[in-house]
Amino acid sequence: MAKKQLMFTFPRELVQEPIIYHLSHKFRVVTNIRRADVSEDRGWVVLELEGEETEIDASIAWVREKGVRVDPVVGDIVEG
Amino acid sequence: MSFAIGLRCRKCGQEYPLEPMRVCNFCLSPLDVAYDYKAIYRVINRDVISGGPRSIWRYRHLLPIDGEALDIGTGFTPLFKADNLGERLGLRHLYIKNDCLNPTYSFKDRAVSVAVNKAKEFGFDTVACASTGNLAASVAAYAAKARMKAYVFVPKNVETGKLTGIAIYKPNLVIVDGSYDDVNRLCAELCEKYNWGFVNINLRAYYAEGSKTIGFEVCEQLNWQPPDCIVAPAGSGLMFTRVWKGIQELSMLGLIGPVNTHMYLTQAAGSSPIVHAFEVGSLHVHPVTPKTLVSSIAIGNPADGYYALMLARQSGGGAIGVTDEEAIEGLELLAQTEGIFAEAAGGVVISGLKKLAASGLIKSDQLVVALITGAGPRTQETVTHVVQPFQVKPTIESFDRAVRMAV
Repeated sequence: MAKKQLMFTFPRELVQEPIIYHLSHKFRVVTNIRRADVSEDRGWVVLELEGEETEIDASIAWVREKGVRVDPVVGDIVEG
Repeated sequence: MSFAIGLRCRKCGQEYPLEPMRVCNFCLSPLDVAYDYKAIYRVINRDVISGGPRSIWRYRHLLPIDGEALDIGTGFTPLFKADNLGERLGLRHLYIKNDCLNPTYSFKDRAVSVAVNKAKEFGFDTVACASTGNLAASVAAYAAKARMKAYVFVPKNVETGKLTGIAIYKPNLVIVDGSYDDVNRLCAELCEKYNWGFVNINLRAYYAEGSKTIGFEVCEQLNWQPPDCIVAPAGSGLMFTRVWKGIQELSMLGLIGPVNTHMYLTQAAGSSPIVHAFEVGSLHVHPVTPKTLVSSIAIGNPADGYYALMLARQSGGGAIGVTDEEAIEGLELLAQTEGIFAEAAGGVVISGLKKLAASGLIKSDQLVVALITGAGPRTQETVTHVVQPFQVKPTIESFDRAVRMAV
């Protein structure tokens, strides 16, 4: 079992969609939300995904395809 | 032994021992090094600091390193009064902090110096980072001095000039065939898999402490006074917030008086999520995809963005963006008035300062410090248009004619 700590950033058009709910039903991944903030036009969620590595990767690819930005929790890692 | 007593979550306050750690286990927020300030207060004073080495290690009481620090001469860079530039911008008390004069030509040496020393203390034999230039060069140089292995990861579009400045120290230079986001993801995963000290991931809390020393030095070099305004570039926002932390620590320890410094951050307009949040009055820094030639601060999802935003607001400072063209104008102005060849991020600072002074937000009689954080020669392809020499034959007549035509 693997764990990944990630930040999902939702654009306006996805704020009202239950994406995390669908993610945990579509893939065998446990979602554990630690911090979040959602306003009417944007939103972000910091969460941990737990499951088989392949399932986690597939679930990340799926949310990305939906239009969610996925980053490591430490923000951008590549620095100048 | 250092006076560091542990790591503390910046958001929820959870405490942890001094270990390599990415984020708080509870709320996944950034971690800070906590110190025993009472004990520091008993042993530190201005004379103790002034009597120390001419490097960041004169402030060793306020850094989280236990033993004798390994050093390649980082810090205590010049702070000088920039009268020529000040005259052009209408500022009577303008100072430049020239961090181009660090061993690998950028302020990153400060952070890396602390991170690599800590990595050695933790027993890592390898240090690593992901970078577009400055950070990788610094990690590679310090690893060479510390006799450690280094893995530095760069995106494939990094300029060749920068690669040489990294490769000369002989790290394991890894060019990732993918986008910027791919490098980010790869390094986050590698940090889980390999027992390496990633300076800006699992050593980030220690790495961050190095940047405080800019704040220490500025105040000491102003004869133990905090300036009225500081103007700095912001990529991740980490350095910006740590300069402030340094000034606050000096004040708390009675080494300087009360602080009323206004903190201004500058970003390239093509990668300015913090400036955008400041301008629209948002509480959140929303990630963007960077589109700018100012690569050293092109960070779309700044890890310390929220804290930098809060600091700009709460200190009565601000945040300002400049276009790439303005950044180039700024770096030319700095070179042509003060003789300093900065990288484009320095141009962002100077052009941002120019706007702040012109708008009256920074007043002509305020004591202003502009932070120039990296040198230009590594990225000189951004300003090749300045090369417009006289073309002459080897005769006096030819020279005189060419000069007359130019005048």
